[in-house]
Amino acid sequence: MLSIKNLHASIEGKEILRGLSLEVKAGEVHAIMGPNGSGKSTLAQVLAGRESYEITGGEVNYRGHNLLEMAPEERAREGVFLAFQYPVEIPGVNNVYLLKAALNAIRKHKGQVELDAMEFLTLIKEKIKVVKMNEDLLYRAVNQGFSGGEKKRNEILQMAVLEPALAILDETDSGLDIDALQIVAGGVNSLRSKERAIIVVTHYQRLLDYIVPDFVHVLSKGRIVKSGGPELALELEQKGYGWVETETRKPAEALAK
Amino acid sequence: MGSSSQQLDQIISKEYEHGFYTELEADAIPHGLSEDVVRLISKKKNEPDFMLQWRLKAYRHWLTMSEPKWAQVHHAPIDYQDMVYYSAPKSQKDGPKSLEEVDPELLATYTKLGIPLKEQEMLAGVAVDAVFDSVSVATTFKGKLAEQGIIFCSFSEAVQEHPELVKKYLGSVVPYTDNFFATLNSAVFSDGSFCYIPKGVRCPMELSTYFRINAKNTGQFERTLIVAEEGAYVSYLEGCTAPMRDENQLHAAVVELVALDNARIKYSTVQNWYPGDKDGKGGIYNFVTKRGDCRGKHSHISWTQVETGSAITWKYPSVLLRGDYSVGEFYSVALTNNYQQADTGTKMIHLGRNTKSTIISKGISAGHGQNAYRGLVKVQKGAENARNYTQCDSLLMGDRCGAHTFPYIEAKNPTAKIEHEATTSRIGEDQLFYCKQRGISAEDAVSMIVNGFCKEVFKELPMEFAVEAQKLLGVSLEGSVG
Repeated sequence: MLSIKNLHASIEGKEILRGLSLEVKAGEVHAIMGPNGSGKSTLAQVLAGRESYEITGGEVNYRGHNLLEMAPEERAREGVFLAFQYPVEIPGVNNVYLLKAALNAIRKHKGQVELDAMEFLTLIKEKIKVVKMNEDLLYRAVNQGFSGGEKKRNEILQMAVLEPALAILDETDSGLDIDALQIVAGGVNSLRSKERAIIVVTHYQRLLDYIVPDFVHVLSKGRIVKSGGPELALELEQKGYGWVETETRKPAEALAK
Repeated sequence: MGSSSQQLDQIISKEYEHGFYTELEADAIPHGLSEDVVRLISKKKNEPDFMLQWRLKAYRHWLTMSEPKWAQVHHAPIDYQDMVYYSAPKSQKDGPKSLEEVDPELLATYTKLGIPLKEQEMLAGVAVDAVFDSVSVATTFKGKLAEQGIIFCSFSEAVQEHPELVKKYLGSVVPYTDNFFATLNSAVFSDGSFCYIPKGVRCPMELSTYFRINAKNTGQFERTLIVAEEGAYVSYLEGCTAPMRDENQLHAAVVELVALDNARIKYSTVQNWYPGDKDGKGGIYNFVTKRGDCRGKHSHISWTQVETGSAITWKYPSVLLRGDYSVGEFYSVALTNNYQQADTGTKMIHLGRNTKSTIISKGISAGHGQNAYRGLVKVQKGAENARNYTQCDSLLMGDRCGAHTFPYIEAKNPTAKIEHEATTSRIGEDQLFYCKQRGISAEDAVSMIVNGFCKEVFKELPMEFAVEAQKLLGVSLEGSVG
């Protein structure tokens, strides 16, 4: 579904991704881990089409499209979804209104009939159960006055409604207490399917106790330096990121000798 | 930063999509202003002597005045001797013969706003049959209103039919000496609307559709007078959500509202006159004096305005809270784009006891637009327990526009409670990106964000108008904001 080859990206002249490659197939859950500044969030933002990053090399193929040439809204309509690390507040715009506009933009793109208000409300009342969210939040302004946990649940609710093919969760666990973490993870798990790929970007192993990935990748200095199964996350938790960094340095040092 | 703000720029700098006509009037008196011209206007309108005397007093006073300079607006000097102060109602022969001759861009805008065909013809100035549908519509309305004793007619008609009412209330809220533009208006005003709601009557309809029809060709010096007797209620809608075909550069209107005991007047305006092109050439100067007088106990006046047009907007709809327990409200959305300038706000003058006022002002600036809120809250000595709440929010789009807030507060009574809140925010790339990441186009996203920002004001507009205002903002955003 997603094929990233030798991707280079920089912001304000500073290179963050330095030759990142990754293959993701439908039905798979990939965890991207790594220390602060390793480029995890940059990867998430670049895939979603954030304009402030400059792509300086490499390619990204998504379901046969050159993803890098698509505008952010086109990517979204083609099924790329980013759960934001910091969901933004939009004063005066109803949460439910934004969601309806988003869903209908996507449906229109797919050539489906747009949902009217009643149909949409029926749908959302079903979907909201996934994240055990209070219905009141639907009628409040987007993310305004939401707690950290409510914002993250709202992201997962959007994911449940928009049913993306590729979902990227950017540090969805940050700022969550254990109860909220379980609810959010439960929501994500219920959305796992054969047709859907999920990329979980996280700093801590904790989230992966609940969302068990098929693959774990460790990012360091803008490149994937180690890949493995779920056990890799546990190993990282014990040994710290320093371990991977020294591990990967070894061959270079050996060469130098 | 990055291409997202470039994209914002692109949307912002799109050209105004509405076409305008500039054809000269044939049947007009020579340009320039003199006592003779004032006399001629009065004579052409067949006015009683008290009107002529009032106009002349205003004219003589105007000669002693000079243009105000304090507003946060800049424009080339206006040559008052170069203007034409009276033109006979336009001959319909000069207009386009059918909608097919009208600029398709203009029609596209009307269609987007959902304006019925007949009204599109009116707005575009299409020459329509003399026995025009709306005439009978207007008559039906008038009949229905007259049954309840409501008078609703053009100002000229009121001068002829109800001189005693005109004489009693004209200039009683905005005296002819009030300010440069109001004084000029008093001397030369051509026409306008007159509305009188008798005691205890609740006006059964929003006075809107009729006005739209009535508003045609009222000219650049318009005068409106609304009187609500004890316990009366009226909701009055002024203006039009579509761009008007208009040749006049300077507009100096005056609106006077009088609310007696327990009366309530709700006055809503949506203004979308030609704002000038993207380089700031052309456009209407809108210098308006609007004032309401809460003359009676428990009276209530609210102003709601959505201002998206004109090159320069200079207006401060105000309320004199004279009666005890009277309430004044001001809800405003002002949008400036390209080189548009707006200096707008309100004055709430608390004179009576236990008076209350609310001010909600939303300014949106884009392009090189400059938007100033200027508001005065004044509590006089005798105004025990006066309360005011003011909220001024500014939204900036791009980095070349400006927002300014000038709140003036004068409290001469220690029991006064005055609150003022102000915020300035920018449409963030973050907000835009968030919406786009959910599949929403940049234009829709901006429109959604701006409408969200204006929500508190839109909810004050009568339902039908609110929908149009939202659409208008959408169209303005598409065409001139982004």
